[in-house]
Amino acid sequence: MTEIPHLLVHDHDDSVGVVVIEGLLANTDMLVCVTHDNSTFRLTCSEDVPIGHKVALKDMKAGDTVFKYGEDIGIMKADVKKGEHLHIQNCKTKRW
Amino acid sequence: MTDFSKITIQGYRRENDRVGVRNHVLILPLDDISNAACEAVANNIKGTMAIPHAYGRLQFGEDLDIHFRTIIGTGANPNVAAVVVIGIEPGWTKKVVDGIALTGKPVVGFSIEQNGDLKTIMDASRAAKDMVHFASELQREECSITDLWISTKCGESDTTTGLGSCPTVGNMYDKLLPHGIYGCFGETSEITGAEHICQKRAINEEVGERWHKMWKAYQDDVIFAHQTDDLSDSQPTKGNIEGGLTTIEEKALGNLEKIGRTSQFIDILEPAEAPESGKGLYFMDSSSAAAECVTLMAAGGYVLHTFPTGQGNVIGNPIVPVIKITANPRTIRTMSEHVDVDVSGILRRDMTIDQAGDELIEMIRRTSNGRNTASEALGHREFSMTKMYRSA
Repeated sequence: MTEIPHLLVHDHDDSVGVVVIEGLLANTDMLVCVTHDNSTFRLTCSEDVPIGHKVALKDMKAGDTVFKYGEDIGIMKADVKKGEHLHIQNCKTKRW
Repeated sequence: MTDFSKITIQGYRRENDRVGVRNHVLILPLDDISNAACEAVANNIKGTMAIPHAYGRLQFGEDLDIHFRTIIGTGANPNVAAVVVIGIEPGWTKKVVDGIALTGKPVVGFSIEQNGDLKTIMDASRAAKDMVHFASELQREECSITDLWISTKCGESDTTTGLGSCPTVGNMYDKLLPHGIYGCFGETSEITGAEHICQKRAINEEVGERWHKMWKAYQDDVIFAHQTDDLSDSQPTKGNIEGGLTTIEEKALGNLEKIGRTSQFIDILEPAEAPESGKGLYFMDSSSAAAECVTLMAAGGYVLHTFPTGQGNVIGNPIVPVIKITANPRTIRTMSEHVDVDVSGILRRDMTIDQAGDELIEMIRRTSNGRNTASEALGHREFSMTKMYRSA
């Protein structure tokens, strides 16, 4: 891959991707790579997001289930828009 | 294609035919109040190491069983050439000596009551000096990489561990387990959210059901019995959250990448229990706290530990080399002295998981041959006993 990806996604059905570069700024036209088959697409992030943190790949509403690795990783507690930061401020475990 | 079974290492073949990769002479306290004497002996006799710890008095039941398994297992580990045990009284001291002696290695015990620290230190120092002479003449010999027992546990995980460093360990297991190594993973609470996947990775239904029962028992007896909140500051940890992990489910799915794509576990171990079902991968019922978990796996007989980290857990172990693997470029930039294997190329997509697995196997070979890990060079010797409940 000649261009280094900004965001990695495990599976095609996932609702989030992971920022893998430092200093990602709002409005960056991100190269997104799906690690399952190395396919790529582009997505614009709407906020500064730290390395390791997640970006929503689609609009979601409070109560929606979040998928990563093709699996259920928790529930949305607030609405999120595609390209926004998804973390503890809007997502929570279904356990404990 | 590399034939992984042909890789050789230079190890220490012990009296019981197990292979070690280090050659420690331990000064091992039975209990907390014998730490001072052990540290004095280690100070007197160069080439020995004391392992002070916090417990060993008034314990009972399962908690005491884990204590003895951990102390005896540490002394019995093939990375240890010989052991001096010191305890406050002779009864339990002898129990530890007898347990370690089953391996055939030199071990002798001393007790402090009716001697005092000073006479105990003098007698134990003489014994320790003899053991240093014995151990320092032992030679490394050619062994197969398949003689190794390799454990794993990740720490200060983040989203990059599930993408890079954990699959690297999984790739190593997929390559080496078929050739006859012993493997071990654990972290009971941290499989929560991926328990349905983990159960299916058991060799058969019976083992899978026993695994699920063990996992469920921790949920019911410990978490639900003691929780005061949703564990959102504990599991995931503050470090995990800083690294981008949001929920225990997300953390668990990344964690489980450590057992690769094809590996199956053949049995379940109690904390610090040595495997007895032959070569293959085991699940050890264990804490997800790094030092506690690695201490238990070392006591189970594992001689090398592979440790994926995201945010940069700095843990080491007194007797087992801990190989740190990270894919996080910020961690490599800010704390590279803690990293043995850099797999950040996986995130840049210029390194495959297969290549990363090969690099880890090469680092396992070099570490087995004597290369000090980052944690060894930095003096990390965390030895943390697992405590189940208050002592009597």
